Order: sequence, then structure tokens, then C-alpha cells
Amino acid sequence: MADLEIKDLTVQVEDKVILKGANLTLSKGEVHALMGPNGSGKSTLANVLMGNPFYQVVKGEVLYKGQDLLAMSPDERARRGLFIAFQYPVSIPGVTMSSFLRTAVSARRGYDKELMPVGEFQKLLKQKMDELKIEPAIVSRYVNEGFSGGEKKRAEILQMAMLEPEIAIMDETDSGLDIDSVKVVSDGVNRMLERAKGTMGILLITHYSRILHFIKPSYVHVMFDGRFVVSGGPDLAEELEQSGYEGIKAQFEVIAAEVQAEGAVRRAGKVFWVEH
Amino acid sequence: MAVTNQLGIDPDKYKWGFHDPEKYVYKSRKGLDREIVEMISSMKNEPEWMRAYRLHSLEHFQQRPMPVWGANLAQIDFNDIYYYLKPTEKKERSWDEVPENIKNTFEKLGIPEAERKFLAGAGAQYESESVYHNLKEEWEKLGVIFLDTDSALREHPDIVREYFGTVVPPEDNKLAALNSAVWSGGSFVYVPAGVHVDIPLQAYFRINAQNMGQFERTLIICEPGSYVHYVEGCTAPIYTTDSLHSAVVEIIVKEGARCRYTTIQNWSTNTYNLVTKRAVAYRDATMEWIDGNLGSKITMKYPSVYMVEPGAKAEILSVAFAGRGQHQDPGGKVIHAAPHTQSVIVSKSIAKDGGRAGYRGLVKIYPGANGSKSAVRCDALILDDQSRSDTYPTMEIDEQDVSITHEATVSKVSDEQLFYLMSRGVKADEAMNMIVRGFVEPIVKELPLEYAVELNRLIALEMEGSVG
Repeated sequence: MADLEIKDLTVQVEDKVILKGANLTLSKGEVHALMGPNGSGKSTLANVLMGNPFYQVVKGEVLYKGQDLLAMSPDERARRGLFIAFQYPVSIPGVTMSSFLRTAVSARRGYDKELMPVGEFQKLLKQKMDELKIEPAIVSRYVNEGFSGGEKKRAEILQMAMLEPEIAIMDETDSGLDIDSVKVVSDGVNRMLERAKGTMGILLITHYSRILHFIKPSYVHVMFDGRFVVSGGPDLAEELEQSGYEGIKAQFEVIAAEVQAEGAVRRAGKVFWVEH
Repeated sequence: MAVTNQLGIDPDKYKWGFHDPEKYVYKSRKGLDREIVEMISSMKNEPEWMRAYRLHSLEHFQQRPMPVWGANLAQIDFNDIYYYLKPTEKKERSWDEVPENIKNTFEKLGIPEAERKFLAGAGAQYESESVYHNLKEEWEKLGVIFLDTDSALREHPDIVREYFGTVVPPEDNKLAALNSAVWSGGSFVYVPAGVHVDIPLQAYFRINAQNMGQFERTLIICEPGSYVHYVEGCTAPIYTTDSLHSAVVEIIVKEGARCRYTTIQNWSTNTYNLVTKRAVAYRDATMEWIDGNLGSKITMKYPSVYMVEPGAKAEILSVAFAGRGQHQDPGGKVIHAAPHTQSVIVSKSIAKDGGRAGYRGLVKIYPGANGSKSAVRCDALILDDQSRSDTYPTMEIDEQDVSITHEATVSKVSDEQLFYLMSRGVKADEAMNMIVRGFVEPIVKELPLEYAVELNRLIALEMEGSVG
């Protein structure tokens, strides 16, 4: 049994259907890259997995370690080890990063009435900040308030490192980062993976293949129009880099037409159509 | 879900709603007339000028119509209130001498402990009279005076007479006239020139009886170059009928002196809280009001600073929280009557469960107050669709060479913010709490640690059960 099983997930916002029956399985120890053009539903999937109330699930199910994930509140999902690094983190004026992190880590580690002891927390925080090359000053600032794009992304990765998730979704963490920052963030993620020794899985959502040069995926999936249309190994990302989404899209349309005509699963070179 | 009474107050939540059995030395009849005022004055054995002052104030109170520009005060029945209630024969300087039941009340409120730990002096008023007032010896030696105002009138009649009513005259408003007629208790603080009282003085005001009116009168005089931080707290029991608290606070901050006055008001939600607070700041003096309003049914309170000489500064920080059945109408007034004066007003109001909270303020700059600066910022946070926020900023600027800024925001707690915090494992109610705490943080961080903790704790209590 996979740790995360997404089955026929159909999601809408107001009257617009955005995910049209998505299927994916992901387990700890694996890195899945999810690619696709803007508007294909990648961020929607990420948000639905975390429980954003803005989206309505109209069909399908998601099992997390065999349990109904969609029945859990976002905070319960987080405490059970799910994490999302947001594409657009919101700011919380007046709440310092350090008090927020201490509250979050305490929740994740099962402290109920009290918070994690401050000494222990400070030690952990310092270690993670050193590893991620994050300026210590950031933790006395208010959560995401006045952060640059790069600072926001690094702060998300710091939260990921602190919370030690079992399944982490990274929603376009690389967008808006310069190449040096992508490398720093990737090094941090790789270190987390290494340290986790197979106890952490990642769903890495990205528009570009650039970050995949640094974080090596075990699988690559492509979404179009609310569905997973192709899945493959790391070389699929390279192919995308060569041909762009247009190339894949053209192939997808040919295959889709054939599938519709023949009603069967077809294979076309490295690219294959997964019937849902 | 806890049972709430008919006022919508959850007795489990308002932990200060208990009351003691009434055992008083003297309790006046209900209602207000000349006889009652004369009785108060004679029981206090006051000088003739004060008796005349009270009677004059009563006349003005009786003639003056109720203010109708603010919160709805139509339900106050001035004839259904006890105006004077004397709990003990004398006030004490040792808690051991305070009658057992009253002492227990203040123990529950944590006052003796706070005094031991972090205060320079403490006062405690129960109904109409102060029952305890004490200043630590080191400050007394420096000439600091910290007494209840009645004792001050006896022991330092000249100072009291010189300043009493000079900042807030009885004609100022109807409630100030009422206080001037029936005032009792309150604090008198005198800080000699150059003395810095670097840990706070605190007074605690407690109403215990039903239908009680509490009218304390506070007078603070900061001689040149001195500093004092005065803190007041207040609570009352929960009754089905209303109580009235109507204080007058007058502060004189002389050249180069600085006074900070902090209030954490947590009256029960059957209390009308109608208070006149005003300071005069002279050359290069600084007056700071920090005003936290959590309790009461209706609060109308606009701490003011009259900057009458060059270089005077005013800062007013106000936090208001209105829950079910509450109307918080706080604010502030800054009067620039001299050149190069500066003022800052920051107001943060929170409304939930149908409560109403806001800001009402005045920035007035007189002709000739050139080079003056004023910055006003009022932020409102509304936690649900039933609640309401009002902002009434008034500006009267009669001088060209000034710098004035005004910013106002109204926001709702966004689902995005809640979701963000929850996605990190924080439970919904705690997430809401964090957002509200963050909202008031710019003001809370100005408080001494003990009060910051207390204010955050009170807000957390108000927030209980906000998220279903």
C-alpha cells in the first residue's frame, strides 16, 4: 500500500471543474516531480491535499497511510506528517517566525497543552538555519511580512525542515528564485532526504525542469487540463525540456484521439498514456 | 458548551464575575440629589471648598443633557444607582489589616502578589473607597507620594487644591460633572522633580455590589524631569442589572517629564464605563496613554493630551475588544497648542459575536503650532459577519506648516491566513488566536512583560469558542 493514494480526484472552485479525475500514488522514500503548464491543476492538487477549504472535492478519494485524508482538518493532516511548501505564502502580521515555528513544531511533535521546551527548540532552529544558510534575523521578523520572494521560499523550506514531514508537497518552490537560490534550496532538500533515510516522500511541483537537475526525481508526471497525462522516469523531464509542453501536448492530443478511438492503453515511445 | 446567563456572559469565561456578601460600614440610598452629595462630603470630613465644588458640579450635572453623539446611553437610570458605599472604616498599608473577605478578593485578582514581585506601589479600591494603598519605602524617601485621593486631600490639601479640576473641569461633560459631584477614592500620585520611578505603580478598582456606581478621581503630577508609569486594572461581578463606572483622571506633566498611564479594563459586561481622562503636557514633556478595553457593556473613553508648550509629545495606544453585547467606543484626542509638538495615535479594535468596536478621535492643531507632527493609525479586525467596526476620525488643522498622516484599515481574518497556520499543525482556535494576538502585538509589546502576558491571556479567553 502506498502512503498517499489519490484516486479519481475531481475538484471544483465555484462552478469550474479544475481537477478532472486525477490519480497518483506516492510513498515515502520517493520523489515525484509533477510538471505541467500553467492552469493545468498542479497547485489545486497541492492545496486539496492539504485541505484548503477554498476547493470543493466533488468526486474521488485520497488515502493517507490507508486513512481517508479528505475527512481530516488541515491541522490534523499536518500533525500526521503532511506538509506543503506554498507557492504564495501569506503573511501573518505581528506573529514572529520563531513563535510561529515553535507552535508548529510543538503541534507536530505532539505537545498538547504546553510548547516544546525553548532550549530544545532554539537548538533545532539554529541547526536547521545553518544547514539552509538562512539569515538568523528572519526568525524575529513577522511571518512572511515584508519578505522578498526568495525569503518567502526559503522560509517555507525552513518550516519543512523543522516539521520533518513524511510527505512534503513543494508547490513551485523554484519559481521566482535565482539559480543560486535554487541550488541552496535544493541542497537543503537533498540533505533532508538523505537524513530521512527513506522516511520522507516529496511531490515536487514545478513548471520548469531546472530544479530537477538538483533534486533528482524517481518519477515524473505531467498534467494537462486537470488530469495526469503522462508519467515516466527522470528522462521524461529532459524530453520536456527539449520539446516544451507544446511538444508533449501535440503527442498527447494524438494519443488521446487514438485512445478515444480504440479505448485502450497505448504506449508511444517513452511517453505513455495512463488510462484512468 | 458552557451555560451562559441572560446577559450572554459565560460565567466560566469571565473569571472575575464572583461577588462577596455585602458587609459595609455605610451604604447610601439609591439615587442622587443634594442630600447625598452633602452626606458624602460630610462623611469624608472635607474642607468647605470641596463641598461647594461638589454641589456646583451636581447642579451642572442636573442641567446638562446626556451626550447623544456616541454610544447609546439611554438605558442608564441615574436614580437606580448607589452613589456611595463605604466598605471599611479606614484604609490600610498592610494587607493583613484589610478585612478578610476583601483581602481574599484582591488575592484572587493577584494584586498582593504582583505588588511583591514587580511594583513600586499598589492601591486597591473596593466600591467607593480605597481599602489599601502602599508605596515602597525607597520611593517614599525620594519624596514620591502615592495615596488615595481622599487621603491626599487631607494630608496634602494645598497640592490637591492647586491642581484638582484644572485639567478636567466639571463643565467639561455630563459624566465629568457627575464624577466631580460624587467622586470618592482614586489615586493621587506626586513625583518630585528629577525622580524616575522606574517600576510601575498600580491601582486596582473593584466593584462588588449590585447597581453600584464607582466614581474614582485620579490626579497625577509629574514635576519637571520626572518619570512615572501608573497602571490601573478593573473588574466587577456579573449581575443582571447594570453598574456604572465613571472616573475622571487628570494628569499634569511638567517640563521634560514623562508619564505613562496604562489601563487594562476588564469590567463585567453589565458595566457602563464612561471615563474622562486628560493630560496636559508642558515643554518637552511626554504623555503616553496605553488603553486596553476588554470588558464593559459600553465604554466611551477618549484619553486626551493637551500639548501646551513647544516640544511636548503625546502617544495614545488603544486596544479594544468587543464581544457579544458589547460596544467599545474608545479613541483619543491630541491637541497641538504649541509649535513643534508631536503626537501618535495607534488604535486596534477587534469585534466578534455581534460586538461593536471602533475608534473615535480628534487631532486638533491650533494656528501657530507650526512644525507639529501627528500620525494616526487605526486598524479594525472583524471576526465574523455579525460584528461591526466604526471609525470616526476628526481633524481640525488650522496651521499650514504641519505634517499629518492618517491611515485606517478594516480587515477580516482571512481564510488564507487560517489555512496557512493550520497547514502547519496549529488547531483552528489557536490559529485564530495567533492572528488576533499578532494584530494587537504593536501595542502589547509596549507593555511591561507581566501586563503583556495578562492582556494576551484576556484576549485568549475572549477568543474561546470563536471557531466552531
